[in-house]
Formats: sequence, structure tokens, C-alpha cells
Amino acid sequence: MAHLFDMVEETGAETRELALSGRLTVFELTEAQAALDALPADRDVRVDLSNLSRMDTAGAWALERLRDRLEAAGHDLTLLGASDALSQLMTRVDHAIAEPEPSSQPVRRGVADRLAELGEGVVTAGRGGGVFLGVFGLFLARLGRSLRHPSEFRLTALVAHCEDVGLRAVPIVSLLSFLIGVVLAFQGATQLRQFGAEVFVVDLISISILRELGILLTSIIVAGRTASAFTAAIGSMKMREEIDAMRTLGIDPAMALFVPRILALVLMLPILGLVANVMGLLGGGIMSLLVLDISPAMFLTRLSEGTDLANVLIGLSKAPVFAIIIGVVGCNAGMQVGSNAESLGRQTSKAVVQAIFAVIVADAIFSVFFAQLGV
Amino acid sequence: MEDPVIRLRGIRNQFGSQVVHDDLDLDVQRGEILGVVGGSGTGKSVLMKTIIGLQTPRAGKIEVLGHDLTGGDPAARAVVEDNWGVMFQDGALFSSLTVRENVEVPLKRVPGLAPEARRALADLKIAMVGLGPEAGGKYPSELSGGMRKRAGLARALALDPEIVFLDEPTAGLDPIGAAEFDRLIHGLSRALGLTVFLVTHDLDTLYAVCDRVAVLAERRVLVTGTIEEMARVDHPWVHDYFHGPRARAAQGGA
Repeated sequence: MAHLFDMVEETGAETRELALSGRLTVFELTEAQAALDALPADRDVRVDLSNLSRMDTAGAWALERLRDRLEAAGHDLTLLGASDALSQLMTRVDHAIAEPEPSSQPVRRGVADRLAELGEGVVTAGRGGGVFLGVFGLFLARLGRSLRHPSEFRLTALVAHCEDVGLRAVPIVSLLSFLIGVVLAFQGATQLRQFGAEVFVVDLISISILRELGILLTSIIVAGRTASAFTAAIGSMKMREEIDAMRTLGIDPAMALFVPRILALVLMLPILGLVANVMGLLGGGIMSLLVLDISPAMFLTRLSEGTDLANVLIGLSKAPVFAIIIGVVGCNAGMQVGSNAESLGRQTSKAVVQAIFAVIVADAIFSVFFAQLGV
Repeated sequence: MEDPVIRLRGIRNQFGSQVVHDDLDLDVQRGEILGVVGGSGTGKSVLMKTIIGLQTPRAGKIEVLGHDLTGGDPAARAVVEDNWGVMFQDGALFSSLTVRENVEVPLKRVPGLAPEARRALADLKIAMVGLGPEAGGKYPSELSGGMRKRAGLARALALDPEIVFLDEPTAGLDPIGAAEFDRLIHGLSRALGLTVFLVTHDLDTLYAVCDRVAVLAERRVLVTGTIEEMARVDHPWVHDYFHGPRARAAQGGA
């Protein structure tokens, strides 16, 4: 950019005369400040502004800073040729210049502070667990209430949520479990072929999918899909004070929002798990046929001989628990949303992470539990 | 003196089959405060968004500070963008930044500006819109509605623009806060030589600060003129607007 700001300096015995011309705006500030800062504060300064084509608050600020510097040294700054608007601007800027704040020193943190932080973290985590149980209890209480007063139960909402969390998740759940079946068959075949035990690949696929992978995979997908959707929906209602409006209208948010959502998950997750099981076996079966030449009839025989119904039941018995975990985490995170959009985003991602984490932890607990039972 | 900084000619805005503006002309003169009024749904905010480029009109010509913005010339756009500031209805502050950082955002467009100077200028702007020094470090969610509007104004004024667009600056403020905001807009626009394009519903604001009023109706700018001239316009909506009980009260107060 061209040289827009210009300063002509003339030093006299008593005063220094400055003639400014061009523009003195925020875009010329760096240049202007360098020129003004270079002036020694050893005599009074008179600044002629009459040739300035434009001056803004940044320019006024630079002049006020020069004035402060001169006054600190016992000298004066006089402005000449300022239009009414310019002097008004100078006055406003002068009034607005804040007293220099005491700059805050970065505080050094000692061991005690770090320990305190750790302790706070533990307490917060513990409280989070308490809140989770609270929401779970609220859900059970409202569910019980709707059993006693069926008229308060929102069937339409339940059906709509069932469609959303159940039906619409079928394609993605089917595809992913089909692919997991394919992968298991392929990997199992390569390993078991070394021992000539190819036919046991059917056992490998069926037990791992029916008992563990089918429902775990489904839960993780649903946690990502649905927990986030619950948090976003409830959270944005919280943000727009819709929840408060519900309370004033005598509608119980837990009854209206939590019960249909969590119940829909409890009803739909076992069905999705079953879909995942079937698709996983299908993928495994197709891959067994292609790679190991295990015919479908043989696959089915091996499946019914080598796999117990107990495996299916154990797998599906986890579904309602996972469903409650996902639903409660999602709804709870939605209620934690504050009044700004940022907290909505933070809570949504937190809900997904917490739900997946809690599902996997619960699955691990189930494994130990069933192993102890010997089933 | 005819010196329009904004010239709209033949603007047509349409959403589906619904025509909002048709063959709309408007001039905004340098240094004036123009109040844009109109019933709900007459496209006041759409008009503002059309000028600032958030809405592309179906037809027509937009000239700001002598640059044609309808041609899509990025260089002309960049020049104009340095010279206007926009305050959205609820401030539209970035929620992840503090007030000071919000005001610093436009200042980052200035090449070579030192961070300390940027910070000092941001603090200056925050003080000029009447916020205390402690407000600078706060996040938008910690501010009241009126303070958010002031912070939004500080951000709009960060680069000392020539034109400021204000969308309903006093909506949702209490009467005292609204009157203070009116005085603030008036004082700042005179001191900084601003041209103000002000979309409002607030009759008090119209009487207190606006040099001229433009009435949007029947898909165009029906009439422009001073408040006194509005009182003589023979159109049912304009008549009801400027002769209603609220208008009389505002007139009495101004």
C-alpha cells in the first residue's frame, strides 16, 4: 500500500511542531505509532491535524498515548486544526482509555494445587456417577408412574422414537455386522487352516458373534447415533428454555422426554442385536462358502451342533442394560447443557464417549459375571 | 448534499414463489442515520442481508462506497468489508471467545498491527460502548442481553468502519437500557462520522436518533424522508404506524 500517513517535524526552542497529513486510521497505526514513539518527550508538542483526510479512534488513541507520555514528562500536547468531529472523537477516546490494569502474573502451581485438582476430579467423577443413578432412578419412577396412570404415557412419542432409534439404524447395523462376520470368517479360516481345523471356523464365528460381538457392536453404533441425538435434542430444548416452559405448564420433562426415549431404546436394542446376529452369521456363512467351501447345509449343521441357545440368550440379555446405559447417558448429558451453543457441542461429544465407555465396561463386567456363573 | 454511500437499484428478492422485494430502490447518504421500518415479513432483515452479501438478490444492483458488489469482484468486496461493521440482533458474538477476543477478530485483518496495540484498541472500543473493563475478559454467555448487544456493537466498530448496520439494536432491552443504547448510537455515529443503517421496530429509537426513515411496504421502499415528513404520508400502513398511540407517546418523549 502507498505511503498514506505522513508526518513533518519541526523542532523549535520551546515547542516541537508536527504536521500530520494523509490518513491516520487503524491501518496506518503501526507506522504512525513508530513515528510518534520516536519523538523524545523533552518539550511541548503542537500537532496540526488540518491536513489529515481521515482519522479514527485508533489514531486518536495514538495521539492520546503521546499526550500521556508528554504529560508524564511535564510537557503539553496541543492539537491544532481539529474539526468539531475530531475534537469530539478525541474527548470520547480520552474518556474511554482505561486505567492500565495490573497485569496478572501467571500463578505457579505447587504439588498441593495439583493434588487438590486430582481430588476435585475424583469428586466430580463420583458426583457424575451419582447424577447418572439419579436420572436412572427418575426414569424407573416415571416408568412405574406411567404403569399406574397409563393415560400419562406418551405412546406416539414412543413409537416415533422406536422408528428413529430402531428402524432407521437397521441398515448401518446390518452392514457393519455383515462385514464383521466376513472378517471373522476370513481371519479364522487363515489361522485354522494351518491345523486342518477349518470346519471350526463356524464355531468361532457363531460363538463370538452371538455371545459378544453382535450386541457389543450394535450398542457402540447406537451409542454413537442415539446418545448424541438424545443429547442434542434435549440440550437444544434446554437452551431455548423449552424445558422450563414445560415445567411451568405442568409437564414433567422426565415423563415427556426421558421415558419414551429410554424405553424405545430398551425395546429396540435387543431387536437390533438380533438383526446384527443374523447378518453377522450370514456374512460369516458366505465367506466360509467362498474361502473354505463349507456348504450352507454344513454351516447350519455345525452351527446347531456347536452352538448353544445359551450363547444367543447371554448376548441378548445384555441388550436392555446397554440400552439403559446409552439412554440415561444421552438424556443426562442433554440436561447438563447450559445456555450457549458451545456447551451443547461439548455435552454431545461427551455423551457419545461416556456411553461407549460405559457400554464396554458393562460388557467386561458381564463377561466376568457369566464366567463365574459358568455359562 | 447527495453523496450516497449505499445505492440499491431494482433489487428483487424471492424465496420460492414468495416475492419479498421487487424493483426496490434505496439510497443511504453519507453520515446519516437511516431507520428502516416495516411490518413483520416485509423483508427488513432480508434487505440488510442483501446489502451485506449474505443474501444474493435475483436481480438488481448494489453499490457500496462506489463499489459494485453485484459483480462478485473479490477485491471490491474486500475493500468494502474493511469499511463496514454489522451488529446482529443478539450480538452474534463468538461464544468460544471472550468479549475482548471477539472485538480483536476484525482487528486481525489489519496487517502488521502489534498484539499489544490490538488488545489496547479492543479495550478502548469496549470502553467506548459503555462496558466496564472487567467485561473484556468475560465470555458472551456470562453477559446480559444488553451487554451482549454493546459487545456486538464494539465488534462492529472495531475497524472504525464508515457504515454500520444495526439489526434491531434495542429489541429486548428494558426502556432505560434502550434509551441509553439510542444515545450511544447517536453519540458514536456523530463522533466517528458513521453512516448507520438501522433496522428497527422501536419508535423511540426512530424519534431519538434517526435522520431519515425508510418505510418498507408492498415489496419496495414505499417512502423515505424525515420523521416529520412521514407524518404527512397518505398511506394506510404509514399513517397507522406514525399516528398510532405508541407513535404519539414516542413523539411526546423525543
